Amino acid sequence: MATFKMHLLVCGGTGCRASESENLFHNLRTGIIQKGLENDVQVLTTGCFGFCEKGPIVKVLPDNTFYTMVKPEDAGEIIEEHIIKGRKVQRLLYVNPLTSEKVEDSKHMGFYRKQLRIALRNCGFIDPENIDEYIARDGYAALGTCLTEMTPEQVIELMKKSGLRGRGGGGFPTGLKWEITRASKADQKYVVCNADEGDPGAFMDRSILEGDPHSVIEAMAICGYCIEATKGLVYIRAEYPLAIERLKIAIKQAREYGLLGKDILGTGFDFDIELRYGAGAFVCGEETALIHSMEGFRGEPTVKPPFPSVSGYNGKPTNVNNVETFANVPVIINRGAEWFASIGTEKSKGTKVFALAGKINNVGLIEVPMGITLREVIYEIGGGIKEGKKFKAVQTGGPSGGCLTEKHLDTPIDYDNLIAAGSMMGSGGMIVMDEDDCMVSIAKFYLDFTVEESCGKCAPCRIGNKRLNEILEKICKGEGSMEDIALLRNLSNVVKDTSLCGLGQTSPNPVLSTLDNFYDEYLAHVNERKCPSGQCKALLQYWIEPENCVGCTACARNCPVNAIAGERKGVHIIDQATCIKCGACMEKCKFNAVFIK
Amino acid sequence: MTKIKSLNDLRAIKASVEAKMNLRERSDAPEKLVQVKVAMATCGIASGAKAIMDFMVNELDKRQIPAVVSQTGCMGYCFAEPTIEVTVPGKEPIVFGYVNEKKADQIIEKYIKNGELVEGIIPVNYESIESK
Amino acid sequence: MEMINLTIDNKKIQVEKGTSLLDAAKTVGINIPTLCYLHLHDLDITNKPAGCRICVVEVKGRRNLAPACVTECTEGMEVNTHNIRVLNARKTVMELILSDHPTDCLVCAKSGNCELQSLAHELGIRKLHYQGEQSHYREDTSPAIIRDVDKCIMCRRCEMMCNDVQTVGVLSAVNRGFMSVVAPAFEMNLDHSVCTYCGQCVAVCPTGALTEVDHTNSVIRALADPSKTVIVQTAPAVRAALGEEFGMEPGTLVTGKLVAALRRLGFDYVFDTDFAADLTIMEEGTELLDRLNRHLSGDKDVKLPILTSCCPGWVNFFEHQFPEMRDIPSTARSPQQMFGSIAKTYFADKLGIKRENMVVVSIMPCLAKKYECARDEFKVDGNPDVDFAVSTRELANLIKQSNIDFNSLDDDDFDRPLGESTGAGVIFGVTGGVIEAATRTAYEVFTGKKLEKVEFQQLRGMEWVRSATVDFDGLPIKIGIAHGLGNARKLLEDVRDGKADFHAIEIMACPGGCIGGGGQPLHHGDSSILKARTAAIYREDESKVIRKSHENPFIIQLYEEFLGKPCSHKSHQLLHTHYFDKSKAVEIE
Repeated sequence: MATFKMHLLVCGGTGCRASESENLFHNLRTGIIQKGLENDVQVLTTGCFGFCEKGPIVKVLPDNTFYTMVKPEDAGEIIEEHIIKGRKVQRLLYVNPLTSEKVEDSKHMGFYRKQLRIALRNCGFIDPENIDEYIARDGYAALGTCLTEMTPEQVIELMKKSGLRGRGGGGFPTGLKWEITRASKADQKYVVCNADEGDPGAFMDRSILEGDPHSVIEAMAICGYCIEATKGLVYIRAEYPLAIERLKIAIKQAREYGLLGKDILGTGFDFDIELRYGAGAFVCGEETALIHSMEGFRGEPTVKPPFPSVSGYNGKPTNVNNVETFANVPVIINRGAEWFASIGTEKSKGTKVFALAGKINNVGLIEVPMGITLREVIYEIGGGIKEGKKFKAVQTGGPSGGCLTEKHLDTPIDYDNLIAAGSMMGSGGMIVMDEDDCMVSIAKFYLDFTVEESCGKCAPCRIGNKRLNEILEKICKGEGSMEDIALLRNLSNVVKDTSLCGLGQTSPNPVLSTLDNFYDEYLAHVNERKCPSGQCKALLQYWIEPENCVGCTACARNCPVNAIAGERKGVHIIDQATCIKCGACMEKCKFNAVFIK
Repeated sequence: MTKIKSLNDLRAIKASVEAKMNLRERSDAPEKLVQVKVAMATCGIASGAKAIMDFMVNELDKRQIPAVVSQTGCMGYCFAEPTIEVTVPGKEPIVFGYVNEKKADQIIEKYIKNGELVEGIIPVNYESIESK
Repeated sequence: MEMINLTIDNKKIQVEKGTSLLDAAKTVGINIPTLCYLHLHDLDITNKPAGCRICVVEVKGRRNLAPACVTECTEGMEVNTHNIRVLNARKTVMELILSDHPTDCLVCAKSGNCELQSLAHELGIRKLHYQGEQSHYREDTSPAIIRDVDKCIMCRRCEMMCNDVQTVGVLSAVNRGFMSVVAPAFEMNLDHSVCTYCGQCVAVCPTGALTEVDHTNSVIRALADPSKTVIVQTAPAVRAALGEEFGMEPGTLVTGKLVAALRRLGFDYVFDTDFAADLTIMEEGTELLDRLNRHLSGDKDVKLPILTSCCPGWVNFFEHQFPEMRDIPSTARSPQQMFGSIAKTYFADKLGIKRENMVVVSIMPCLAKKYECARDEFKVDGNPDVDFAVSTRELANLIKQSNIDFNSLDDDDFDRPLGESTGAGVIFGVTGGVIEAATRTAYEVFTGKKLEKVEFQQLRGMEWVRSATVDFDGLPIKIGIAHGLGNARKLLEDVRDGKADFHAIEIMACPGGCIGGGGQPLHHGDSSILKARTAAIYREDESKVIRKSHENPFIIQLYEEFLGKPCSHKSHQLLHTHYFDKSKAVEIE
């Protein structure tokens, strides 16, 4: 069997394929065979390198040479020069845009990578059920530093300087939150970790808890030290059994090491953590609703103020932070506020984890520095749109967010820019849509969700979202009017303006942003009774093209509702009133006679 | 476990575990071990990571390859679950995606035993904090 | 006191720190409309979940509109309560609420007295721009209260009364989103819950979602039946509130007109529950003195304090929640039941008619009375001592239906013998009244001395829990009083835990006592109405010549002719009862 000395890895991502990586692969492989090197050099395609704008990419192992923009005709030179003579092809090497130097070893070109893992630093790297592996990666060093070398005020100052903002969606400065909670005087305070991740398609927090539970535990203890709390609570949804299991193991291990409990690291600081389970209500991600749920009451929000930092769990000052926010904390302590603040944009520091989903090739969990553009996320990290289709929109911020379009592709992603663009950061869901997606249906999808998840406490959210959903349904069915569009806009604004909590105050965002960005799609549904993407079934019409129909009767025989009439060898006709738009006729027709209008 | 009583205790543990992990991952020493990490977050498990983990543990043992198989969290490549990372002593870690039993078998036979790569490699496309 | 300066609708005002925008606006004649908000000032009962969003106003600098009921004034605030943004939002929200509300106003029990209806009118809603599916729920009929929760607007007032004030814990929000509604747990029926039928939920419901079981038609049928002798008793609190239903000032006493109206309705005899209240004092007072004397003579088994038992909501409460303490309350039946029992024995005998041919109707400020009179232990061979308990509101309706111009009626007097009462019987209608009436009699019987002053001011007031010591000729008698079941719970827990050393405790389920009962004209959150009714009750007491129950000549006659003496064998049969452990009576369907 062959023992290869070298490997040529050719990027097989969609972007690179579009720029002829398949031909390149072919040329490399035949070249290697021609030179009789097939037992020494292996040519292989790989997944996306996340560097699509410089594709196609060829990486040579073991020397880590990274060739960019390689054309099929470059194959010969790579084989001749690099493989046979051992000389790197200089003109294909990547040039560092910052230094204008050619990069010989891709180990030194981390800067090209769009992702930076801070919150996810240990995910996929350590065994989450082994505290030693966490400690080996600087785990609990930050807690140690805080307890032995820093005052709570110093830690808070450092957090403020770092510029870390809440990753749950709101973006409130974390250091400031800690400072306010510290300033509230009480005999007991609480640190709460919000692990009630509820956005459809979002699983950032779950992944952190499953992959690196100690980072959250450590950060909660640091927060407890800062705000003078001895009790921590993790509010986690019961549908996350693995995350719960790993958290439990982690808490047990931390207790056994004395990193939780009494007199931590001999400093006299006491802190321990308990779990509280949520039943999976989206509204319980709102901090007052979350607190009520933990207290054993119905998970309903209450008016702020009072803020939890003044009166929270059991009426005591409570600092609520999200999982991802906490996961950043130990790194900030270890590496310093300046280091953290050097990443990101002016007002949004650090990175953000996104769950990339939808019509995109590399669906997955990514962590990117603030300020990255949507284009980079979609085309370089995400590997572009599936099946080479046209990008239409990306939905960020989950049911509270909005849709961003082509024109926003080059906007740097941060808290403030997303709001300015009519969406929001949210907890990190990012759903990509292509030309086949109907934006009215998308708005309805999110409304379906908020109607289901509204707690029912305030009238505009309870009834308003239901009515919004009904109007959208009407439009999708082709029964809408221009007046409905006007009503939709007014009601969206009123629900935003009058709802009690963040859920209702943002739930019309998907409607408003699609109205703003895809008004013509609404008009098509209403005026022409057409769904431009062909998604709204009620608006489809199946017709038979007489010229193509040979009268084989296949369509009529397969129609479940007998909507098709016609003699054998005669032209068939679909009765539009009876047709249920199942599409069976189109599937069965061998002559391309059935079409959608 | 004994309690960690001070920051120095903590540092001592860090040093010793780090050394062990380094040995496992980067050593060229004769007692070299192949390290296999299986992404075992909910997404991975749902796609069959548990079976792959069992397969790797049993087969590496059966085929007498000195190896450590451990679980880890989500690597982020949800589109390619189950994913595993294989580190052959002296070489860079390589991530394989879409691993089923057949692929796992190929990884052992071709890559671990002979250094021949198999399809399904996922280039690591992120930077770690160490390099930043 | 720190003062805050702000501007509301271009008016500069100064208010104390902590004042809500709603209250601040009121000081300058700006009435911001509210719906879910409820504030019973003197009782410190507040409901402000900020759920209806009707009171939203614009606060300069804020992204969203702010609910005035819960937004505190801050320095320099600029508020607009009626610009186009606010008006549009308020009307749209109102339209939304109406779009999920049945439109059967014409035949709704609350029509004309519905806060939702009035608000829709005030806001000038003429068209519902947003219409769609309405939420539907099962109607739930219990012995006293009907829940038609299709009409629930989630104001949560009932929930607040049931949980925070009464601590009964039956009503809470269930389901979520569009289908959320206030209901007993698991959407059980009320009669399968621990509901006490106190009716405080009904008293605060702004719509027709919670109403009383209406017996007016049964009364009309009974009155029309020539084979029946129909007699009526009216509770003390009714006369202090009924006038409100006919546009009179709260606190107007309408005793004479009430009697006249009942006579016009066709009742054969118009009697007074106050008579039975005097009878209750005889029985309960004797029981108290008996327990007291045994206690003083060193009997360790005697149960003290004695608890009053005339409030049926309270009886239901301890049967469900404190069954282990059910040997502490007096065994005396409530005045309503004592009346029915005497009417269908003593009085029926006098008339020479069978009990089956007598119908006893009671006019009550209370909804729990409907449940009480239907209890099996108050029936003889299936025939109830009291046939129908009708609320003050139902009586008003009955009077209107019968074309009686209430305001122009001349005063009339109760019939005898069961219509004669003392001032002691009247004050049963307010918190502290039963124990004051009992004290008047017990003092004189125990000490053998005549009371110089019958008013015991120390037992009066609106404070939730009160205690006072009355000097029984050198023996200090400690008395506790609680109104509202939540306060009763506190007192009862103290008794259970040995932290209270009272000799007697009076408990009324409703805030303010019977004058604030669940069957009274709706106060719509105005607690001054409750105060005015209380004052009226004390005025009625003062106007009476006889103010001590044991001096009621017809009570004396009743004992002489029929019962023998208080707590005799016969009175035990007819006037006393026993209690049940209902802690396990709650079933899950």
